[in-house]
Amino acid sequence: MAGESVTVSQGHFVGTLRRDAWWTEILPAALLLGAFGIYATFRAFEGAYYTWGPYLSPFYSPLIDPQHHFWPWSPALLILAFPLGFRTTCYYYRKAYYRAYFMDPPACAVGERKRNYCGETKFPFILQNLHRYFLYAAIIVLGFLWYDAIIAFFLDGHFRVGVGSIIMLVNVVLLSTYTVSCHSLRHLVGGKIDCFSCTSMGSPRHTGWRAISILNERHMLYAWCSLISVGLTDLYIRLVAAGVLRDITIL
Amino acid sequence: MADAILEVFRGDRQGGKTEQYRVPVAPGMVVLDAIHYIQGHLAPDLAVRWNCKAAKCGSCSAEVNGRPRLMCKTRMDALPLDQPIKVFPMKSFPILKDLVTDVSWNYKINKKIPPFTPRPGTDWKVYQDDVDRVQEFRKCIECFLCQDVCHVLRDHDKFEQFAGPRFFVRVAGLEMHPVDGKSRAKLLRDELGIGFCNITKCCTEVCPEEIHITDNAIIPLKERVVDQFYDPVLMLVRKIRGVNEDSK
Repeated sequence: MAGESVTVSQGHFVGTLRRDAWWTEILPAALLLGAFGIYATFRAFEGAYYTWGPYLSPFYSPLIDPQHHFWPWSPALLILAFPLGFRTTCYYYRKAYYRAYFMDPPACAVGERKRNYCGETKFPFILQNLHRYFLYAAIIVLGFLWYDAIIAFFLDGHFRVGVGSIIMLVNVVLLSTYTVSCHSLRHLVGGKIDCFSCTSMGSPRHTGWRAISILNERHMLYAWCSLISVGLTDLYIRLVAAGVLRDITIL
Repeated sequence: MADAILEVFRGDRQGGKTEQYRVPVAPGMVVLDAIHYIQGHLAPDLAVRWNCKAAKCGSCSAEVNGRPRLMCKTRMDALPLDQPIKVFPMKSFPILKDLVTDVSWNYKINKKIPPFTPRPGTDWKVYQDDVDRVQEFRKCIECFLCQDVCHVLRDHDKFEQFAGPRFFVRVAGLEMHPVDGKSRAKLLRDELGIGFCNITKCCTEVCPEEIHITDNAIIPLKERVVDQFYDPVLMLVRKIRGVNEDSK
């Protein structure tokens, strides 16, 4: 049975024959990244309520020149470029924001704007190739965050477990899984080697590469979890420092 | 079981339109079965390319309800039957007739890639740990669904500058081979246009062989291109050592 005839058209912006609500794939990413961006910008410029007792906000760690001897603005502005650059050039976040904000493409098999597309071949997106340098910086920052998380268990020289100590520990574990599952780290540890059995240190590098590959399969999950946790950790410390919340001692 | 209405593209390079066909749905039926029913009972001139009907030959690629898929691997009971099922040819390639597209551009691109080049005096003993990665890439059935869905080709028509995910998978299989001694980093950057890929992962989403195209092929290749052309420290180290650009 031949039925009615319809003209074919799907090449225009957001044109598609998909029946599902494809926009639900990008909406959460757009909202979450946007909300985090606004909050992080506000906190970076606020320059206050970033420390309480042994707690230090991850946005302000390592804390440089809090007394404003040589830097008159918020101390966060001195260091935030490194973790921010690490996330901005991250292979997962690139997918998220290219889809959600640049609509390049909005979703698979959904039309996008016709224009002179250059991908990552021209400035500024060619700078995505520097991801590994942001990784090096992020690893150094992560070291400071581990130090902060450990000293968060000590108040006035005595061991103490507060709600904030637990939050900071969970946060640094999530940040570590995100950092260790990085595609660039996977490449540097072993991905660049073609023949593990004929390279010096080939066996441990293969083991390391395999371990990172397992973590790397969930890089997206770690990216979101760590983004949320770092925001919530800062929010908690801000509320405690501002006197809105009282940090409860668990142990 | 209920009947299904299939809305199938009919036409050629000059243009076309869709036509609707009513098909009785049987248990276990796939979209390719429905297309065969139309060919056998309703429209014997309907053109479709197919071969194995087992998701191994990569011939019956099409777009079902707007999603690039193998028709032989798309079950009818997984599709909503309350509306017509739209079956279209792959959008990125020129239509020959109805559901058949001209994919010969892919074979031209393939010729640009230097083949397997063993190192001189190589030891042919290969360990499993060294070829695990490469074996994933050998699963490719060349259905070209990844090429079809890739927006660099699909929406931006970069057929002259960009090779597409299928050929990054092939290059990855050669580059990561433990015995291959040729570097294809320059080729990847300059001729295959890997920089155009913005890693939005649609190729991975549609691959019927579930190859992790983006994570295991394209991103590692991008990192190798960074090693060669964008990492100033490594570039300096290579210069001091006097390493040849063409060798790995």
